[in-house]
Amino acid sequence: MHDLVKQTALGGTEPRVDKYDHITISENDGLSLASVAARRGKEADCHKLLKKLLGAVPGPGRAQLHDPEAGFWMGPEQWMIGAPSESHEDLAERLKGLLGDAASVTEQTGAWVCFDVIGPAMQDMCERLCSVPIRQMQAGDAQRTVIHHLGCFVIRRTAADHIRILGPRASAGSLHHALVATAQALDTGSYGSDAPA
Amino acid sequence: MIINHPLLGPRDSAEFTYLGDARLIDRPDWQSQTAARDFYEYGYLRENPAGWHEELWFHEAGDRSWLVVTRNTVTHEISKVEMARDVARKRGRST
Amino acid sequence: MTQKNRLQGGQVDTTTTCKFKFDGKSYTAHSGDTLASALLANGVRLMGRSFKYHRPRGVLSAGSEEPNALVELRNGARQEPNTRATTIEMFDGLSANSQNRLGSLRFDLLAINDRFSNFLAAGFYYKTFMWPAAFWEKIYEPIIRKAAGLGSLSLQDDPDVYDKGFLHCDLLIIGAGPAGLMAALTAGRAGANVILADEDFRMGGRLNSETFSIDDAAGADWAAATVAELANLPNVRLMSRTTVIGAFDHGIYGAVERVSDHLPTPEVGKPRQVLWRIYTKQTVLAAGAIERPIAFENNDRPGIMLASSIRSYANRFAVAADQRVAVFTNNDDGHRTAADLHAKGVKISAVVDVRADAPRSHDYEVLHGEVVNTKGRLGLAFAEVKLADGTMRVLECGALGMAGGWNPNVHMTCHQRGRPAWNEDIAAFVPGGALPPGMSVAGAANGAFSTYAALTSGAAAAQKALGLKGRLPATPQAEDAPVNLKPFWYVEGCSRAWLDLQNDVTVKDVKLSHQEGFRSVEHLKRYTTLGMATDQGKTSNMGGLAIMAELAGKAIPEVGTTIFRPPYTPTAIGVLAGRHRGQEFHPKRLTPSHRWAEEQGAVFVEVGNWLRAQWFPRAGETHWRETVDREVLATRKSVGVCDVTTLGKVDVQGADAADFLNKIYCNGFAKLAVGKTRYGLMLREDGIAMDDGTAARLAEDHFVVTTTTANALPVYRHMEFVRQCLFPDMDVQLISTTEAWAQYAVAGPNSRKLLEKIVDQDISNDAFPFMACANITICGGLRARLFRISFSGELAYEIAVPSAYGDALMRRIIEVGAEFDVTPYGTEALGVMRIEKGHAAGNELNGTTTAQNLGMGRMVSKKKDSIGSTLSEREGLNAEGDVRQVGIRPVNPDDPVPAGAHLMNATGPVDAGHDQGYATSACFSPNLGHAIALGFLKDGANRMGEKMRLVSPLTGIDVQVEIVSAHFVDPEGERLRA
Repeated sequence: MHDLVKQTALGGTEPRVDKYDHITISENDGLSLASVAARRGKEADCHKLLKKLLGAVPGPGRAQLHDPEAGFWMGPEQWMIGAPSESHEDLAERLKGLLGDAASVTEQTGAWVCFDVIGPAMQDMCERLCSVPIRQMQAGDAQRTVIHHLGCFVIRRTAADHIRILGPRASAGSLHHALVATAQALDTGSYGSDAPA
Repeated sequence: MIINHPLLGPRDSAEFTYLGDARLIDRPDWQSQTAARDFYEYGYLRENPAGWHEELWFHEAGDRSWLVVTRNTVTHEISKVEMARDVARKRGRST
Repeated sequence: MTQKNRLQGGQVDTTTTCKFKFDGKSYTAHSGDTLASALLANGVRLMGRSFKYHRPRGVLSAGSEEPNALVELRNGARQEPNTRATTIEMFDGLSANSQNRLGSLRFDLLAINDRFSNFLAAGFYYKTFMWPAAFWEKIYEPIIRKAAGLGSLSLQDDPDVYDKGFLHCDLLIIGAGPAGLMAALTAGRAGANVILADEDFRMGGRLNSETFSIDDAAGADWAAATVAELANLPNVRLMSRTTVIGAFDHGIYGAVERVSDHLPTPEVGKPRQVLWRIYTKQTVLAAGAIERPIAFENNDRPGIMLASSIRSYANRFAVAADQRVAVFTNNDDGHRTAADLHAKGVKISAVVDVRADAPRSHDYEVLHGEVVNTKGRLGLAFAEVKLADGTMRVLECGALGMAGGWNPNVHMTCHQRGRPAWNEDIAAFVPGGALPPGMSVAGAANGAFSTYAALTSGAAAAQKALGLKGRLPATPQAEDAPVNLKPFWYVEGCSRAWLDLQNDVTVKDVKLSHQEGFRSVEHLKRYTTLGMATDQGKTSNMGGLAIMAELAGKAIPEVGTTIFRPPYTPTAIGVLAGRHRGQEFHPKRLTPSHRWAEEQGAVFVEVGNWLRAQWFPRAGETHWRETVDREVLATRKSVGVCDVTTLGKVDVQGADAADFLNKIYCNGFAKLAVGKTRYGLMLREDGIAMDDGTAARLAEDHFVVTTTTANALPVYRHMEFVRQCLFPDMDVQLISTTEAWAQYAVAGPNSRKLLEKIVDQDISNDAFPFMACANITICGGLRARLFRISFSGELAYEIAVPSAYGDALMRRIIEVGAEFDVTPYGTEALGVMRIEKGHAAGNELNGTTTAQNLGMGRMVSKKKDSIGSTLSEREGLNAEGDVRQVGIRPVNPDDPVPAGAHLMNATGPVDAGHDQGYATSACFSPNLGHAIALGFLKDGANRMGEKMRLVSPLTGIDVQVEIVSAHFVDPEGERLRA
């Protein structure tokens, strides 16, 4: 075992949590990530193996919310796979072992910062951040979009008031600032019974 | 503008980067007798129509697909959007 | 002060009283008032001075079309000039000042301009200030600049924040008058996702200003009940205080929501305004219509208003514009003002109607004639009427309503170059030509002026937009009067009769424009400035072009309108910027060692969005050069470490990965052994160098390609272009991994010894020679990548770990490197060392240079096809004696050799015609003890040792230099391989 200590994307030793009445923004530091791209002519093999791993192969704009490995579509024949880092620190290596010649695997753990945004104001907050049609999105919809000039993934999770945002790690601070400022800009008082459960 | 991505549906053109004439797909054969002339024309001679135009757009803030967008440069109407890779294959670029 | 003109009723809340100040004087108002209605209630008619002649001005309208009553709202940093009093929502403590005056509003010293009006007619700039030419810059312009403009800026930073947002809907309805409300009701009940946006703070449009009833309810009550029903529909979003400012391509609309403008200051953290980008499938434009004035002599005095606005003030705001009101009309609508005000107990001096068959009244006098002039120093006192039989009458009145007919608000229908069509029945332009796709128009905006027609067309437009089948919902009973109108634009013989009140354009100016040949409507606009003020001529353009049509002997539709462009009403620049200003102008990218570097007191430099450590000053160092020199010398003597994470990294995998690199790089990669790295030069298709970097072969089918920091994104885009568009069936997959890995350069003769303390493998020269690369582990098992590459020219490595461990690795390198005095260095030292080594960078790969210019001509493989290979062989790019990269050193070691300076022959003229080349990158070399530079020189390879002049006439540089090899340090490359 090596003895180097990890830092979160926001530069802390513990993930950051910002809590408001209507929204909670949590840095999620527990994800291992790796991209998978089917090799030319091996698409069917790749799909078969991914289906075995995730239960289904997510199509364009979709995520497969699954434990412990989950995945979402990034581009044609390309997916991002995530799993808890506690159990899957070596996710890329494992995936390469599983997929062999059927796919190219690239470690992505360090490339992203992940925020879970949860609360009754989630939809209003999303509307101030990016152009995804948040009110029409279903659980498992995953869209790449732009937040504060940053290319991000927005994934609608199972709970109706939960989105996960993946943004470029080097800009974690800027993205976090945008999220917090937006949360503070929303009216806190107007989330009653019609808020998403 | 809205570009109707073949895989992702309608997307704001702000997510895209524009390159230009989709004839850039038709890169000449370097071993042809007329390669020098062909590459010169490929690199420098372009139509600039007021009207329908096939253009290359890159979905930079999206799925990183290159698209061929058939767009009217006067009205901005978009009549067709295709994956550039499919267009390239149709035009015989498969190796 | 009592509100002497306050009436009963209306939609103001008389139970709450607000205090406000205008020009320092205190008044009271009620919530529901605008600043304009509150001033009128208090008997204040004089609200400002006109732009050019400084004539006294009051309020013309009751809406966003207001050209006249512009004020400076609020004080201090929040002071906002040119704010329309008619749209300022009253709040307690409001403070506003009149503008465009010298001295007090009542005694404006610049009112002298009015006396000189003959000299200030249309085009006076072009005529008056011609001679002498030298006077323009020194005398005329400063004076004009001082006198020009309306309100003044605070010159302080805007303390408020602005947000942006994005909305999606099936149907966007613009305007919440009878047509818009009915459209919303129809669409909302059908379950569609609806956004109803209205610029007013109270929805209902004209229903709030009229006394019409709908079914059994007052119009305003029906509107309130409808809004309440809509508010209960979860699929309908009501957006009041929201102005749709533009119709853009493919159903995208811009809208500004004034979230906090009705509050003294925004709540902490809350935005003042939000700019919404609305994506909609269909749109119903129900923006209503704007009444137009009539031009007659001296028609600009405070108290002369649109007749419909006098009605709005009375019915909605419970304010009499004055205790004596007259009306000048060419249609039935003007009579409504008289009737409504009479019913509220206001004295009607008379209704002057240009039509012989005007409706009569038992309640007030109706005169057949024209208002030909007015009197009153700071406000209207008398109107002079010329009756049809030629006799004159003088009417005593403090308010005069002008009713010239209504112009549909076609603005938004024209944002995509649609041109409106002329409708003879209402003598107005209505939406015509090609509307923005998905837009339909309802109600008064479409020329359907009666309440019944508005309601019906609103429902029909919503049904059509949503493709709903079946019968229209029953329209409630409502007023359905026809439009009886006689087109009448100006009174014969008038001259100083105002068309554009904000830019002070009169009938006389239009005549002058015609006389001098500026007859096209676009010329008329620019020559007279008609319609070019902040109101964009909403109340003035129509009159101007009608008069031009008459003068030119054309029909109005032949003259046409100018082009309507967004934004619909003035929009704060702040809301367009949103949060992207100051520190948040663009996002920052921080490297994994950023926090550590901050602790070291590093000075940072912006490189794109990245912040990179530029140098690391130590105690006692007084100048940056001192710091950089130390960093360079320490690195070359022992070992230094530098964060190079910012270099672009692209993972290239697949069976055809090597073939793919052969396409994008001009040099060959197919034979690169696994475990080896190679320098690669990328060309553009035209043969010019695009970028350079290294490609490390980690496996037969796996490369890691690096790009320069600045080109990471364009190079990735280019690689995807080559992959998808040119070679679509290669088995190759790309993904950027720039941010996934923290990467540090460890350079210097002790770099291996230092790294041996960290890495878990043998990295001796035999086991890990120059240009080796490998996946390794460090510190007892952490996955890492090691590359033996060198930018500095020293024995050097780049080591990469997953970003999360970057901070820990930097601290570990410093810790274990202490025995070698490991020195962190920044981008400046990095630059010095690469210039000393003669490595090309951005200044050399500058978009004009070829591989040959860079001295790398032989790298371009002729055995294979790569991007740029064919065109790089063009004659013009391979001329004999073309420029080559060289080194430049001063003959006198104390002389500078600045980048940008040009090389000239030692003897001969110094001019552009004899230019021999130029210096691209320069620095002080602490190893050589003098300045050095890289540059491009004609036939440079054959001119080593030549003495030349390096000149920069602009900065007074003229030094003797010697041309040398670009490799100032270790030209044989022995250190790299040690």
